[in-house]
Amino acid sequence: MTVATMTDWNRTRIQQGWLARLFDNKAFLIFMCLLPAVGLLTVFLTYPLGLGIWLSFTDTKIGGTGKWIGIDNFEYLLEDPQFWTAVFYSVFYTSVATFGKFALGLWLALLLNRHLPMKNLLRAIILLPWIVPTVLSALAFWWIYDPQFSIISYLATDVIGIRDKPFDFLSTTWPARWSLIAANIWRGIPFVAISLLAGLQTISPSLYEAALLDGSTAWQRFRYITFPLLLPILAIVMTFSIIFTFTDFQLVYAITRGGPINSTHLMATLAFQRGIAGGELGEGAAIAVAMIPFLVFATLFSYFALARRKWQQGEAND
Amino acid sequence: MAFIIRRRESIILGAAAAAMAMGRAANAQSEIPKADVPAPKLPIEKGATLRLIRPARFVEPDEVIFRANSAKFAKETGVEVKVDFVGWEDIRQQTAVSANTGAGPDIVLGWAEDPHIYADKVLELSDVAEYLGKKYGGWMFLGEKFGKKAKTNNWIGLPMGGTGGPLVYRASALKEAGFDKVPTTLPDLLKLCQQLQKIKKPAGFALGNAVGDANGFANWMLWSHGGSLVDEDGKVIINSKETVNALNYVKELYPTFIPGTMSWNDISNNRAYASNELFFTANGVSMYFALKNDPATKAIADDTEHALLTQGVASSTPMSATVLNAMVFKHSKFPNAAKAYLTFMMEAEQYDPWLTGCLGYWAHPLNAYDKSKVWTSDPKIAIYRNTMNNRFWSGYKGPITQAAGTVAAEYILVQMFASVAAGQATPAEAAKEAERRTRRYYR
Repeated sequence: MTVATMTDWNRTRIQQGWLARLFDNKAFLIFMCLLPAVGLLTVFLTYPLGLGIWLSFTDTKIGGTGKWIGIDNFEYLLEDPQFWTAVFYSVFYTSVATFGKFALGLWLALLLNRHLPMKNLLRAIILLPWIVPTVLSALAFWWIYDPQFSIISYLATDVIGIRDKPFDFLSTTWPARWSLIAANIWRGIPFVAISLLAGLQTISPSLYEAALLDGSTAWQRFRYITFPLLLPILAIVMTFSIIFTFTDFQLVYAITRGGPINSTHLMATLAFQRGIAGGELGEGAAIAVAMIPFLVFATLFSYFALARRKWQQGEAND
Repeated sequence: MAFIIRRRESIILGAAAAAMAMGRAANAQSEIPKADVPAPKLPIEKGATLRLIRPARFVEPDEVIFRANSAKFAKETGVEVKVDFVGWEDIRQQTAVSANTGAGPDIVLGWAEDPHIYADKVLELSDVAEYLGKKYGGWMFLGEKFGKKAKTNNWIGLPMGGTGGPLVYRASALKEAGFDKVPTTLPDLLKLCQQLQKIKKPAGFALGNAVGDANGFANWMLWSHGGSLVDEDGKVIINSKETVNALNYVKELYPTFIPGTMSWNDISNNRAYASNELFFTANGVSMYFALKNDPATKAIADDTEHALLTQGVASSTPMSATVLNAMVFKHSKFPNAAKAYLTFMMEAEQYDPWLTGCLGYWAHPLNAYDKSKVWTSDPKIAIYRNTMNNRFWSGYKGPITQAAGTVAAEYILVQMFASVAAGQATPAEAAKEAERRTRRYYR
């Protein structure tokens, strides 16, 4: 008898509302969850990027609506020696500064990874150049490089007396270029050093102990343990660093404004100079658009460097 | 004409100047001659309020007195005027946005070319300008040039003042170099600079990216050799033998300069001059007053003299001015109130205290203000009195266009001279490159 009553009982299915059913739909749910992010990216990333690309094909000036002129801006840039100087210097600046930052940053990270007194305080101090707003450090360098009031010139001429003329940091082409690279390296080292330090700390000490037992030299430990295990993070940090350096603006604009005679313009500063200061928005946008291939290259670099990681960690090849 | 230091100097000049100016306005109002002319009828709209943007102050009184005058207008007419001070580098862009969107301020005190760029978007101001011209002895050359639409008698801008950069030098250094006064010919000027270098009291003019100073120097060199950027119709004629002569001259002149002028910006010559490293340069009046008001540099100010830029083959001193040009947008709901406000600000009761308070930095555009006491308050600044009567303008001899502004902002002429001075280009190459770049903007 009891069996019969139990089989008779049936849970009544609650008829769900259309809204609930809609939200049960996986595709719809994914769409809804992505919407805020997609919206933000569209408004603040896709739209400006699209507008920039559109502007680069017009002759828009500040204070006027432009008309479509096709690739005229790019044709003009192709034969514009200043544009090519800026391309050359952007690449040169990025490669030399990145190399400098990584050489010194890695060295600093290795030093900081040792047991030093007041380790934490030291690490905090190292970060300072990176924390200070770029414009402020740029202004400080502007004074350091000043043709009349440079502290370095002052020390060399008046205090030590090894020179009778102030240093010429910014008024000729190559000294100005190297001075800016030095400032950029100074500013970029902490980011590299702290990121690499984080990477160093993930390396298990047992690997070093084993290597020591095998009678390895310090160089061998660096070459066969530290470097390979650091490579994934090195690749990511380097990609970031290349992108930041290539799109650098503040240091150059605050110290030289692209001078002397346009020799220190980066593509970013030249784009600003033409587009905003000069009022030729279309041409400035074209220069900015010309930066895209370089940045895509840097991103691809990151993609392939990341792909290597699996291989390094001994997972299956794919 | 250092844009940056002007604002810094405000700290130095500050209160003292303001007090001086206010005191003067109260006690000894200058005797500005006025003709008896009926004011244009401008019935102010009911419930009118105005918004205005203008460049940031360079000395405190500029802002203090400007605000006080606006408040006085509000008191007399009941029209509140909201004045916003905008950075020098930003105001052009803000003007552009306002012109294109048809929203924002009613009145803009912008730069020289701006009303001409937006000629179809600004109100005609002929009634106000003609009234002021008749009442105050007529408009000076640059006032008329930048006020009237090209080749017409229609006023679209109302120039309120202008600042120029004549020579500033140390009298003692000149004497030591064997000169009693600044030479009037270019070869003698070169000799003077060579002498100054020999006695280790060098001259120096900006050749870096200095919007005011470097463009002032480049224009001076070009115009004093008879060259010009474009002809009367805006055809690019920079690649000329006059330009090549000017370039050759600068090639000889440059080695006499103090080191580093290639990287100078607008502030650099002021600093070098104030620290006894530079003895002969060009600048607006602001530098002299900053030196004079600081006890530490008072001695330098006492030794400082001003002179007109050496003329060369030009028929008058080859100097332009940075002109402050007012415009009223058609989108303003209260055009009469806006015009009445500008008229009010240019009347002697308001204008003279402002001119005096700014120490003549914004030199007047109306002849009658020649009589302002500011010009006799210190004989050393008298030379700035005629700034608005200079016969040259940015983009000389062409019509006033946006392109002239772009050529200056892009440092095309500056870099032409700098590349020859640095030995990177021959004069012929540099002139050709400048022609290529200029054509791009005058297309």
